[in-house]
Amino acid sequence: MKHFAPVLAIALALMWLLMNDTVSTGQVVLGILLALLLTFWSAKLRPLRPRLYRPQLAIGLLWTVFVDIVRSNIAVGRIILGLVGERSIRSAFLDIPLELRDPHGLAVLATIITSTPGTVWVDFDAERGLLTLHVLDLRDEEGWIRTIKEHYERPLIGIFQP
Amino acid sequence: MSGVELPLWAAVPAALLLVASGLLTVTGSLGLLRLPSFQARMHGPSMGNTLGCGCMLFASMFVSSAIVGRPVLHEFLITVFVVVTSPATAMLLMRASIYRARSKATSAGNEVVER
Repeated sequence: MKHFAPVLAIALALMWLLMNDTVSTGQVVLGILLALLLTFWSAKLRPLRPRLYRPQLAIGLLWTVFVDIVRSNIAVGRIILGLVGERSIRSAFLDIPLELRDPHGLAVLATIITSTPGTVWVDFDAERGLLTLHVLDLRDEEGWIRTIKEHYERPLIGIFQP
Repeated sequence: MSGVELPLWAAVPAALLLVASGLLTVTGSLGLLRLPSFQARMHGPSMGNTLGCGCMLFASMFVSSAIVGRPVLHEFLITVFVVVTSPATAMLLMRASIYRARSKATSAGNEVVER
């Protein structure tokens, strides 16, 4: 039982029900059964178990990410359509020192950054804690670092680290 | 599906969302043509992946909920799968481009100036 991950099992069961678009008794039983079996079978593949310290922070993070994705869609769209006037676009790499160390938190951060148009995750140096991004329109380096740290890193530290 | 009359509250937002989704995705794909370097071109298509896809899924939710007469939400799963899978390819491409730039620079006997 020491490998059992309740959050994963619940998420899998909910996904099963959502995928089948039903809450009939048969599917609920089948979903729970599948979720339990898959959780047990996959436990060996995930030797590192995430611990959620403050999962409630995820709600605010989700909203921030949504707003940022909408805003960066507009920003990238303007650049592609040439609506930024005569200003030249400088796409470049950017190094950000991180305090986040939890591998699950880093994985979520990578997903957020890469999903947001205008930024792609390039590399993370675990020894120095240095994250490298590629930014499409790098104007204000300090501003980007502040955004990444305050919008995403701080809530992720709260969720995954004590 | 033919012969089903869509109520206005579903048809209007669904139509607007579909147009927005199309425009966003076309703009993002246009980035593949217009942006100057490989790394810059990585950023365009993620517009279609995020908001383009999202608008389409919301339109689908409106229409299917109106037709069935109860909330239909399994489109959310598509968002989840896209979000979980697409960064993996993006990062792989990015790393490959950096590796190529590095090996080119080394084979030419130059110092690697840019990563």
